[in-house]
Amino acid sequence: MGGYIVKRLVSAVPVLLGITIIVFLIMSLIPGDPATAILGSYATPENVEKLNRDLGLDKPMVQRYFIWLGNMLTGDFGRSFSLNRPVLDEVSERFNATLVLAGTAFVLCSLLGILAGVISAARQYGLADKAITFVVLIGISVPSFFLGMMMILLFAVNLRWLPVSGMYAIYGGGDLPDLINHLIMPALALAAVATGVIARLSRSAMLEVLRQDFIRTARAKGVPERRVIMGHALRAAMVSIIPILGIQAGFVLSGAVYIEIVFQWPGVGRMLVDAILKRDLLLVQGGVVFVAACYVLFNISVDVAQSLLDPRIKT
Amino acid sequence: MPALKVDNISKTFPLKRSLFGPALPGVRAVQPVSFEIATGETLGLVGESGCGKSTLARMLVGLLEPTEGMIEIEGRALDNANPAEFGKLIQYVFQDPQSSLNPRKTIRQVMEAPLKLLHDMSKPDRSKRVSEIFESVNLREEFLDRYPHEFSGGQAQRIGIARALAANPRIMILDEPVSALDVSVQAQVLNLLAELKAKFSLTYLFITHDLAVVEAVSDRIIVLYFGSVVEVGRAEKIFGNPRHPYTKLLAESAPVVGRPLTAPEQKETELPDPLDPPPGCPFAGRCPRSTDLCRVEEPLLKPMGEDQLAACHHPLEA
Amino acid sequence: MSTFFKLLFRNRLAAMGAVVLSVILILVLITPLLPLQNPDITATADRFQKPFADGHLLGTDHLGRDLLSRLLHGTRLSLAVGISAALIAATIGSAIGIIAGYFGGRTDNIIMRGVDMLMAFPYILLALAIVAALGPGLMNALIAVAAVNVPFFARNIRGITVGLAGREFIDAARLAGMGHTRIILTELLPNVLPVIIIAMSTTIGWMILETAGLSFLGLGSQPPQADLGSMLGEARSAMISHPHTSVVPGIMIFLIVMSINLLGDGIRDALDPRLRSGALSRPRATTLVERTGDVPEATDDLLAIQDLETQFHVNKRIYRAVGGVSLSVKPGECLGVIGESGSGKSVTALSVMGLVASPPGVITAGAVRFRGEDLIDAPYESLRQKRGDRVAYIFQDPLSTLHPLYRVGQQLAEAIQSHHKISKAEARERAIQLLEDVRIPNAESRVDNFPHEMSGGMRQRVGIAMALANEPNVIIADEPTTALDVTVQAQILSLLDDLRRDRGLAIVFITHDFGVVAQLCDRVAVVYAGRVVEEGPTGAVLDAPAHPYTKRLIACVPELGGGRRMLSAIPGLPPVVDDLPPGCAFAPRCDKAQEKCRHIDISLAGTGDRSVRCLYPEELV
Repeated sequence: MGGYIVKRLVSAVPVLLGITIIVFLIMSLIPGDPATAILGSYATPENVEKLNRDLGLDKPMVQRYFIWLGNMLTGDFGRSFSLNRPVLDEVSERFNATLVLAGTAFVLCSLLGILAGVISAARQYGLADKAITFVVLIGISVPSFFLGMMMILLFAVNLRWLPVSGMYAIYGGGDLPDLINHLIMPALALAAVATGVIARLSRSAMLEVLRQDFIRTARAKGVPERRVIMGHALRAAMVSIIPILGIQAGFVLSGAVYIEIVFQWPGVGRMLVDAILKRDLLLVQGGVVFVAACYVLFNISVDVAQSLLDPRIKT
Repeated sequence: MPALKVDNISKTFPLKRSLFGPALPGVRAVQPVSFEIATGETLGLVGESGCGKSTLARMLVGLLEPTEGMIEIEGRALDNANPAEFGKLIQYVFQDPQSSLNPRKTIRQVMEAPLKLLHDMSKPDRSKRVSEIFESVNLREEFLDRYPHEFSGGQAQRIGIARALAANPRIMILDEPVSALDVSVQAQVLNLLAELKAKFSLTYLFITHDLAVVEAVSDRIIVLYFGSVVEVGRAEKIFGNPRHPYTKLLAESAPVVGRPLTAPEQKETELPDPLDPPPGCPFAGRCPRSTDLCRVEEPLLKPMGEDQLAACHHPLEA
Repeated sequence: MSTFFKLLFRNRLAAMGAVVLSVILILVLITPLLPLQNPDITATADRFQKPFADGHLLGTDHLGRDLLSRLLHGTRLSLAVGISAALIAATIGSAIGIIAGYFGGRTDNIIMRGVDMLMAFPYILLALAIVAALGPGLMNALIAVAAVNVPFFARNIRGITVGLAGREFIDAARLAGMGHTRIILTELLPNVLPVIIIAMSTTIGWMILETAGLSFLGLGSQPPQADLGSMLGEARSAMISHPHTSVVPGIMIFLIVMSINLLGDGIRDALDPRLRSGALSRPRATTLVERTGDVPEATDDLLAIQDLETQFHVNKRIYRAVGGVSLSVKPGECLGVIGESGSGKSVTALSVMGLVASPPGVITAGAVRFRGEDLIDAPYESLRQKRGDRVAYIFQDPLSTLHPLYRVGQQLAEAIQSHHKISKAEARERAIQLLEDVRIPNAESRVDNFPHEMSGGMRQRVGIAMALANEPNVIIADEPTTALDVTVQAQILSLLDDLRRDRGLAIVFITHDFGVVAQLCDRVAVVYAGRVVEEGPTGAVLDAPAHPYTKRLIACVPELGGGRRMLSAIPGLPPVVDDLPPGCAFAPRCDKAQEKCRHIDISLAGTGDRSVRCLYPEELV
């Protein structure tokens, strides 16, 4: 097992390098002079020249890439001009907030989605199946940002059950109940789409598995039906559900950008959008690489979970 | 001159290299194999699953490149770069007739492709030729404008045979052509193959796992085990008078009406691991006659009596 | 094509989606012709008019612009951008996927490594990076959304292509002289196209959402031009005071995406042939029973199948897989049931314990009695208690019939624990004992193997051990050696034979192989088109078959030792059981058939232990 984890970690190295190359290439798409693009049209020639030197923009592209990569490896992601602080400090601080939001949403959508999918498959064409299918259909069709806005209108403005936005109350607060209170709406809004997708795919994975010969074998030996569904079928279906969870984690992380904007959540997504609008490209670049790297590591843990479940994967 | 000459061809599938591990030797699916098929002969190739018979067949028609060795058809060496060139000389009938027909093409489109691409025939010529072939495999011409899913297994296999015939080959490789069919249909197809052979003076390589079928259709038979030829002999004699213990085991395992049920003499082990093949004779682990010699030295194919060869250190008495 | 539309619109939800989407599309197409106000003209005096206000059906926004006009123009823009992005992504992604999947090897490796790297990003990061580099704007958002979706198409289509490229018709095309380009265009593409269409129809809604999302963030369409996303984005600041400005574009996005999703699901279901036959239905815990007519009287046999009829109801068609089969076994007896594929032999076997998949299977008549008790209308719990305990099964393919994720020991233990309360340790002991009983060497260590770690023969031994677990009275073996090599088959058959003699088991052995029947079975029943045509002691039936079908079927099978020869074939094909001829089902293929055979229903008749269903039998029985 340990060997497998090490193997997966080693195989992540080229992926992480690939990510930096892709980001670097995208950033080199910037039309015109990057220094001017970064500093805006009010930049003085001295500032432009200084930035050019700092970023090594006067050097050839390959060399520039390795300078940038080398800096990142030593923890230097550059400095955000709009916030005037190191990119890494800002990104890691913001990422914590995103992690709280996206992590909660991910746990919610995984549990609810699989549960709904299993019930739906076990009661195929029954009332529960139809109800779940209907709710899921709405869930995957409504834009999460619109859902978030409507939730604010209903639960915060009209019913006044929950706070409108933010992560903590401005005065007082700051403790766990306060955080949970602020977390409920954004986490639910964020989880909605992924729950729908997971429920759908879990349902079809279950239906696929329930037709397999080994289910008939289980029934033929007299295994009670509840155990056939919750044991034999679900376990086999998890083999195809777990990779879906890995992919959906990426979608949850992506959806967090909208939700953070709608709920004024101080996460990395909102930071990125602000940075783009302010043309703070170093912050964008650093944020993208950092979050993508974390996602790669998360996917390794998904693979490890998969190998624990499925002995056919060579460890 | 033989219709087909195979000279020491072998196939090794490379294994995926791990990042740090040493380069692995690969899986040897077919050991160096040599044989000839005389013009007009039916050579049977029999073996159990995993013995390399399909890999061998795919090499013969150029769908797979041999790792080593030469294939000659009527004295000309085959050029692996151009399967279309082979197509005119050697054709292939697949095991699963449904899978060998494109589900989105009509039978006519399937049938005309080789005529157009291999023989540059004009449209009226093609149409005439397709009708002729269809008649010779006893299929109605109205089938031509239907799609593959409309046919039963037996009909689809006739279409597969017709498609192979359309290229006007000299040699046909028949890869388990009746294994997917029901017994009552199986006999129809086997008889059809025999008729076609006489009518078009074809040469067959008939691959199967079914001993009774291979005996009924072949002139000579090759027995394959774990990628190597273990015995070659006349069809009527090889199973009645096997020299290699594996051939004997095969012959005794086949269920026969009127023979009482006994587990034939063999050790309770199965095929060796292809990733880690044992030295010496691959059958030694299952063989009741094996000695230390068998586990060290690989036996070579040696003549044993008239028209029979076997690769065994301790062959059975004639 | 017409069946496609029929299937599509039979699906009411899909039809609903199609209607909603068509209305929106038509509205959007005629928008420039409609008498609408200019969507970009501001009139701050009229800001935030409520819906149904004078001259503004949907009210106005924060700059006093007419919402209806902005909505329709915005929808037009959103749809155009979303659809273009989907088309671009589908074209590029599919091309990449087909090339990678078809050529395989190094090409595949390099392309897919690149695709994997793109997929290593949460998609929005990639889109944000692209927009950051190119600058905000609708065109750039379109490029970003298309680029982000390319890897999804590439991976999806590659998977399908790899499966197709391994199919034999591609090999056949190569042998017919086709080059790579021709194979890709004429052999692969027509087969991949439905998948591309499915992938597009299920992702296009998503891409519309994505472009709307980027506009919502202010990174897509720039003022004054507005798509649905930027309308929603602009309305957000006034959401609490004037919610209608947010609700209007929000609902429009929802309607578009929902109708596309409904239609997309419909298209997928109509194009995916697996769904077409209703195959993706969950089989129920027991076969559906809709019995009509009288239930036959009890007999004193151990297991008796009496006038059993099992049908498959697929759409409007009824396949009479089993059309009135009666069979019985006594303790210690081995009954062979022989027939070709589609003869109903397996369905008969599965019907005994209600294991025929329902839907589509339905038991419509007859009874199955175990020691006189009818199992067909038995309540689920009573049936479950007998499954594997009194009547156990051995199935054909030991790889697919064992659970891939449980150790064989667990699977054996479960078989016991489903019927007996014993401890885990005891169950394990018993499992090892069972493995030893079926002569698996090193049972102590083998008990912890997973099925994939065993060879085919070993797995089938596990299958047999599982059937023996509770010392049943009857074992039903459904072609247990068909998937095995002959040398392994011989071992398994002799094992089964020893076991039944040692333990006095009754075996119902389903097979298509006369050799196997001859060696193992005391009695044999020959089935054709869902009915028993002949029954009797094995030796008698094989030596002197009475039914012409039996006789000719035996003659078809080449026997080892016969030398090279022509075989006597049966002309024609077995009948399809949804359209059985009246009278004898074999009559159309029988050279002895008379006019009478084709009309009257012939009963199974005979004396003593032999019977035959024929008016002109080969032998008098």
